[in-house]
Amino acid sequence: MSLLEIDGLSAGYGDFQALFDVSLTVDEGATLAIIGANGAGKTTLLRTIAGIVPATAGSVRFGGHDLLGVPAHRRVGLGVAMVPEGRALFPSLTVRENLEIGAYSKRPGTWTVQKVVEVFPLLERLLGRPSDVLSGGEQQAVAIGRALMANPRLILLDEVSLGLAPIVVKQVYAALPAIAAAGTTALVVEQDIAQATAVADHLICLLEGRVSLEGPPAELSRDDIAAAYFGLAHTPSTEAR
Amino acid sequence: MVWVNALVQGLLLGGLFALFATGLSLAFGVMKFVNLAHGDLAILGAFLAVSTTATLDISPWLALLVVVPVMAALGYLLQRYFFNYTIGDNPLPSILVTFGLGVVIQNALLERYSADSRGLDAGSVETASIKLTDGISIGWLPLIVLLVAVGVLVGLQLFVSRTRLGRAFRATSDDPVTARLMGVNDRNVYAVVMAIAFATVAVAGVFLGIRQTFGPSDGPAQLLVGFEAVVIGGLGSLWGTLLGGAIIGVAQTVGNQVDVETGWLSGPLLGHLIFLLVLVFKPNGLLGRSRRTS
Repeated sequence: MSLLEIDGLSAGYGDFQALFDVSLTVDEGATLAIIGANGAGKTTLLRTIAGIVPATAGSVRFGGHDLLGVPAHRRVGLGVAMVPEGRALFPSLTVRENLEIGAYSKRPGTWTVQKVVEVFPLLERLLGRPSDVLSGGEQQAVAIGRALMANPRLILLDEVSLGLAPIVVKQVYAALPAIAAAGTTALVVEQDIAQATAVADHLICLLEGRVSLEGPPAELSRDDIAAAYFGLAHTPSTEAR
Repeated sequence: MVWVNALVQGLLLGGLFALFATGLSLAFGVMKFVNLAHGDLAILGAFLAVSTTATLDISPWLALLVVVPVMAALGYLLQRYFFNYTIGDNPLPSILVTFGLGVVIQNALLERYSADSRGLDAGSVETASIKLTDGISIGWLPLIVLLVAVGVLVGLQLFVSRTRLGRAFRATSDDPVTARLMGVNDRNVYAVVMAIAFATVAVAGVFLGIRQTFGPSDGPAQLLVGFEAVVIGGLGSLWGTLLGGAIIGVAQTVGNQVDVETGWLSGPLLGHLIFLLVLVFKPNGLLGRSRRTS
């Protein structure tokens, strides 16, 4: 059954509208990748689901709850955790404290600092360090671990590969199967199309705030994706829902 | 010997200044909130103690048990339903709103209590002292004030660095939006911070009232000293606040001694000069590390 159902969602910042009538559904345990060019609305979509950008129209249902009426800090308790773009670790907190504050909502589950360290062994020796002296890849591991500590049903991963060396990106993405194995549903925003098609069960392409293409990666040709990504040609109709 | 005495008395006085500055430091550290009504709130706390001691016929020490919770609740409610609307990147709204609040408090106190100076009578402890050597005695009252100030600051520091809620304070201070993503209700964090700030300034106000007489318009002078202590110590650093309070205290007593000996300085003037020197040469304050401390 679907865990997340978004219907006719519009959102934006002040007078600037970034999302127009976006609809999508994600099944429990699936991984959905959202691709699109800069400014296509990918981050806004995740931030609207997380509750830190207000929706102006439409609905977001999550596990039977209407999310839009729930303030951001309560959505974590319902099981929505986000890894924000640019990591956004708390510089005043050590690595361990950054992980611990991920569990602030006290949502029951199996994730602990120890279990995060098993998924990201590189964190073991860093736990006592301030979080702002870490490398980009280390910071990204902490940010993902911090979100997992909330024991989420849905994890929103925003551009986790941004600014990382390819080898580090590989390490970070190697953790995704462990997350999926825990039954966690993932929404992955990614600019790297090859990476997105490799990890996702389902792909959505955003173009200027609208869904321009969607479907299982295996059924989408590179040309379709390129056309939807850049808005070059007439976009194929998408009735795959 | 008079200089050693001035130093000792200054350190003791610094306890009161640090207690005044604690709430300013905490509110600025966590939410960049500049509270210009802080001094008036101290005076409000002292007047609440006047009413409490008169109504319940108890000592000012026991009145703290009433005044501190009342002020903390007031702080929580004001922040939650009023000040929170001023929180943002621009500090100007908070400055304007608390400036106005200070005027309101001063006039309300004038209306209710008249312009007469009042005092809080704590009995013989006010004048009792311990004689260390000839020429140096430590008053029990300033000693108690200093110990309470150190206790409050150490307690707050432990709370901020060791507890779950303290971690939420620091995270919110770093990045309120990301803190929300962790499940932290930043608006509630701000209200709890202001409750603590009001509680500490209420204690400071009652101690001030025991130490000396006060009137409804004495708030701004306390605010100035509090700000100087915070800025000298380093904005948002609790240890810095204690150090800043001690420096201002010593500056006042040493300055007064210079005045007695030579006639060219006065206590408050030396304090202001040190404040200006710190602003020029160490604008982040002596212990200010801009981000790491809270």
